[in-house]
Amino acid sequence: MIKKNTPQERRIILKHADDPNYSNKISCYKKNGGYKMLKKALKMKPEEIGDEVMKSGVRGRGGAGFPAGMKWKFLDRKSGKPIYLICNADESEPGTFKDRQIMHKDPHQLIEGMMITAYAIQAKQAFIYIRAEFFEGARILEQAITEAKEKKFCGDNILGSTYSCDLVVHRGAGAYICGEETGLIESLEGKRPNPRIKPPYFPAVLGLYQCPTIVNNVETLCNVKHILEIGGEEFSKIGKPNNTGTRIWCVSGQVQKPGYYEFECGALTLGEMIYDVCGGLLPGRTLKAVIPGGSSSKILRADERFSGKLKDGTEFDWGIEDIPLDFDGPASVGSMSGSGGIIIMDDTVDMVEAMANINAFYAHESCGQCTPCREGSLWMRKITKRMCEGDAREEDADLLLSVANQIEGRTICAFGEAAAWPTQSFIAKFRNEFEEKAKNGSKKASLKLI
Amino acid sequence: MGTNGKSPSVTINLDGKDVEVPSGVNIIEAAAIHGTEVPHYCYHPQLSIAGNCRMCLVEMGTPMRDRGTGQAVLDEHGIQKIGWIPKPVIGCGTNVSPGMHVKTKSKMVTGSQEGIMEFLLVNHPLDCPICDQAGECRLQEFATDYGRGYSRYVERKNVKPKRTRLGPRVTLDDERCILCSRCIRFCQEVVDDDVLGFVDRGSFSTLTCFPGKELSNNYSLNTVDLCPVGALTSSDFRFKMRVWFLKESTSICTESSAGANTLISSREGEIYRITPRRNDLVNDSWMPDSGRELYKLVKSDNRITSPTISGEVSSLSAAMSAAVDLLRNKKVGIVGSCRSSVEELYLLNKLAKILKAKKFLRGHFGEDDGILLSADRTPNLRGALATGFFTKYPTESLADISVAVSKSQVEALIVIGEDLTSSGIDSDIIEGVPTVYLGTHANATFELANVVIPTLTSFEKSGSFINRNFRLQSFKQSVPGPAGLLPDLHLIASLINSFNEVKQSADLAEVWKQIGKPHTSVFKGLSFSQISSEGTQLNGSKWDGLLFAEKEALHYTPAPQLQEA
Repeated sequence: MIKKNTPQERRIILKHADDPNYSNKISCYKKNGGYKMLKKALKMKPEEIGDEVMKSGVRGRGGAGFPAGMKWKFLDRKSGKPIYLICNADESEPGTFKDRQIMHKDPHQLIEGMMITAYAIQAKQAFIYIRAEFFEGARILEQAITEAKEKKFCGDNILGSTYSCDLVVHRGAGAYICGEETGLIESLEGKRPNPRIKPPYFPAVLGLYQCPTIVNNVETLCNVKHILEIGGEEFSKIGKPNNTGTRIWCVSGQVQKPGYYEFECGALTLGEMIYDVCGGLLPGRTLKAVIPGGSSSKILRADERFSGKLKDGTEFDWGIEDIPLDFDGPASVGSMSGSGGIIIMDDTVDMVEAMANINAFYAHESCGQCTPCREGSLWMRKITKRMCEGDAREEDADLLLSVANQIEGRTICAFGEAAAWPTQSFIAKFRNEFEEKAKNGSKKASLKLI
Repeated sequence: MGTNGKSPSVTINLDGKDVEVPSGVNIIEAAAIHGTEVPHYCYHPQLSIAGNCRMCLVEMGTPMRDRGTGQAVLDEHGIQKIGWIPKPVIGCGTNVSPGMHVKTKSKMVTGSQEGIMEFLLVNHPLDCPICDQAGECRLQEFATDYGRGYSRYVERKNVKPKRTRLGPRVTLDDERCILCSRCIRFCQEVVDDDVLGFVDRGSFSTLTCFPGKELSNNYSLNTVDLCPVGALTSSDFRFKMRVWFLKESTSICTESSAGANTLISSREGEIYRITPRRNDLVNDSWMPDSGRELYKLVKSDNRITSPTISGEVSSLSAAMSAAVDLLRNKKVGIVGSCRSSVEELYLLNKLAKILKAKKFLRGHFGEDDGILLSADRTPNLRGALATGFFTKYPTESLADISVAVSKSQVEALIVIGEDLTSSGIDSDIIEGVPTVYLGTHANATFELANVVIPTLTSFEKSGSFINRNFRLQSFKQSVPGPAGLLPDLHLIASLINSFNEVKQSADLAEVWKQIGKPHTSVFKGLSFSQISSEGTQLNGSKWDGLLFAEKEALHYTPAPQLQEA
C-alpha cells in the first residue's frame, strides 16, 4: 500500500509504458501527439536545438552522467567529414533494464528523439546499436523504422524538407564491452570491440570511421524530444539543479515490488524507494546492502553513516535511506547512480557469493585488450569462486583488494575500473564476511556459482 | 639545443630535471634519449600505437592554466603550477608538450609496473627453462627490473593451445602470449596481409590465424622478432641454440638491392640465424623471410670447398698459377658479378684495365614486392656502376660473350660466380674457351671451367654493398670460411699482382685509399671505417638516366626517368 506522503512517479519517458491501450505502432504514437516535435525541430536552426539541450542541463543516462549538451558542443563540425549519430542501446549493466522498456513499448519516441538529435548535429546517418540479446527489441525497432520511413519521419527528405538522415538498427554479438562508446564504434565498424585509447580517439572528433560522432544513451535521446516540447529552460526546472529531468530507476533484488520507476531527479530518497515505492523488503528480512547504480557502482552498507559536503556547500549526514536518488546523491556517498540499476540485498545474501557472482560477470565480459582488466578480472573471479567453494584463506581479502587496486586507473576504458569498484567496495564494507569465510573452512556455496 | 629550425625541440621535466627533446615524440622515446627506460611491450616505434600492455604507465602533468582566462596559474613563489593527472598515463600514447612534467620512478609508477608485471605473469606458464625466448625475453627482463620478485597467485592457470603452426615458418605458444598485438599490427600495417587476430575474450583471448588462412607471407618471421615474449618462435631456429651463446655480427642482406641491415648470430663458426637490424632509412626493423635462409648456403651440398684444375683437386696456389698461365697473352673477357662487394668490383675493374679485358655483367631480376624484396635480386648492382666496372644497366643475358668469342675478341674468360649457360649463351661456344671460375657454389659453368678457385660467401668476409638508394653499407665477417680458402679480394689482388708491377694490397683499408682518391668518384674522401652503421648515402644522380628495375617500396622512390626528347 502506497502511503499518502509517498512521492509520486512523474512519468515523462515512460508515460505510456504501462497503458494497456497503447501500442508500439506509429498510428498510436501519432495519436498521442508523436512526431510533432520533429516537425518543430526542422523549422528551427540546428544550433538552436543544441542550445535548448544545453539549457536543459540534461545529463547522460548511460552511466557517466556527462551533460549531453556539452557532449554535442565538443563535436568537430569543421572537419568536413560526415557526422554520425549513434544510439547506445547496448543496455548490459547488471541491474539495469530501462532502455528495454522504452524500445519495446515506445520505439517511436526514441526514433523521434534521434531524428531531432541527428538534425541538431547535422548527421546524415544514424545507428541504433542494440545488444544481441534484445532480439525482440531489434525487431520492434526495425518495424518502427519502416513505419517512420513510410511516413517520412526518417530517411530521405524528412517531412518534405531538404534534410535527410538514414536510421539503421545494428545488432551486437553479445558483449558488455560494446556499451563502452569507443568499443561500440569499433564493433559498428565490424571489428573486435576493443575500446580505443583516449587521446586521441574522442568520438566527437575521431569516432565512427574516424569521423565526428555523437553516442548517446536511449533514455538521453528520448529526453531530447521532451526538452524541445517544454523548452530547455522549463526542463531544467524538473528535478534539481545539476540533476535535471526525470530518471528511470530499475529496482531489483529482495524487495516486494521490483521494477522500473520514473521519478523526478531527487524527488525521493533511497529509503522511500525501497519501503514506499517498492513495498519494502520480503517478510522477515532486514536490509543489508544496496548497489545504487548497476553492478559496477560501489556497494553501500545498510548501517553506514554518510556525512560530508555537497557541491553546493550544504552539509549532510545521511543513513542509507536518506540518500537522494539523483546523480549527485549516490556520488556524494562514494558510489554513483550509474545507469539507474538499484540492487537491493537483504540479510540472506552472502556477500562473498554476491561478489563471486559479480566477478564472474566482469571476468566473462572483460574484452581482454588491456592487461590489468584482462588478468585482474579473472584473477578476482578465481579467488572469490575458490572462497565460496570452501578454500578461503585469511589473506584473500587483502589480496582481492590489492588486485582491484592494481586495475583501477590503469586501464584503457572505464569498464576496467568498473570491474575493480565492486571488489574494492565489497572488501571495504564487508571485510568481516570475507574473513569469516576463511575461518569457517569448507562451507559449500549456498547458490550454484556461475 | 633549442629550436634550430630543422628539428624543433621542447623542454620537458623528466624526473625532476629539465631536458630538451624533439617535439612530437612520445614519452617513451623522449625518456630514452636521456637514458631513462620506460618499459613497454606493445609499443613499437614502427607500428601504430595500441596502448594495451599498460607497462609504460608514467605520471604526467602539464603547466596549469586558468580555464576561463587562459592565464598561467602560479604558486606562492610565482612559478607556474603543474596540474598532475591523477591517474598514470601511457608513455607510448602521450606526446611531449612544452613544460610537461613526467615522473618515471614515482611510487605511482613503480606500483603500476609491479601490478602490470604481476598480471602478465599470472597466466604465463613460466616455462623459461624450455622456452626459446629465454635470454632475450622482455618478460624475463622486466620481471627482474620492475616486478615484485614473488607471486601471490595460487589459482590454476589458463590453458591455451601449444605448438600451433601459424604458417610454414612460425610456431605459436598461446600460453606465453601477452596479447600485445604487435604481430597483428605488423601484418596489417607493414605487409598488408591481415591474417592474425584474437579470438575469445578476457583472459582467454587467444592469438590465431583467421580460418582458412595462414601466416605464410614472406615477412612472417618478423613477427617472431617483434614478439616480446616466447609466444611466436621461428620453426627453423626453435630449440637449436640458447641465445646467450650466440655471437652477433652486423651484415647486409644479399638477397636483393634493398640491402636490409642484418645481424648474423653464430657460435663456433656456425651460423644459427639471421635477424634484421634496425635502420630507419633502409629497412626499419624488418627483413624478408627468404633472406634469413641464406646462411644455409654456407654449408650447402653444392658449396665449392677445394680448388680444381681440369676437374682435379689442387692446392690454391697451384690453381692460381694455372689460372695465370691460362690467361697470359690472351684476349680476356671478365664476367663480373653484382653479388661481389664494392671493393671486389673495384679491383676486378683494375684487373680488367691491366689485362685490357672486355667486361661483362648480368643482372638477376624477380618480382618486386614493394617492401624489402626488390626486383633487382643482387645486393650490389649499383656497386658495379659506381666502381666503373660497368656503365650500362645489365640485363639477364650475357649473349654479348658469344658475339665477342665468335669475333675472336675474347679468347679466355674469368667468371665470377655467374652461370654462363643460363645466361643466354650457347654452351658449345664457351666450351672451347679456356675459363677460370671463381665462385662459392657449383653450377654448369663450374663444371665446364678449366680452373676453379673457390671464394667466400658474404658471411665469411667483409666489404660493402650499395643498395637501391645508393646507400653504401658495410658488412663484417661473421664466421671463418672453409679451411685453406682466401677472401675474393685476396684472389683478385693476387691476379693483379701476377700481371702488374705495382703491388696491389688486398687489405680493405688500403683498397679504400685507392677507391676514395679520384676527385670524380662518388666515393671521394671515403674510407671503409667511415661507413657508419646506418650506411653512408652516396650521390647516385649520375645514373639517374638508367632504367632501374626497382619499384616504389619501403623507403625507396624510383628516380624520375629522363624524359625522351
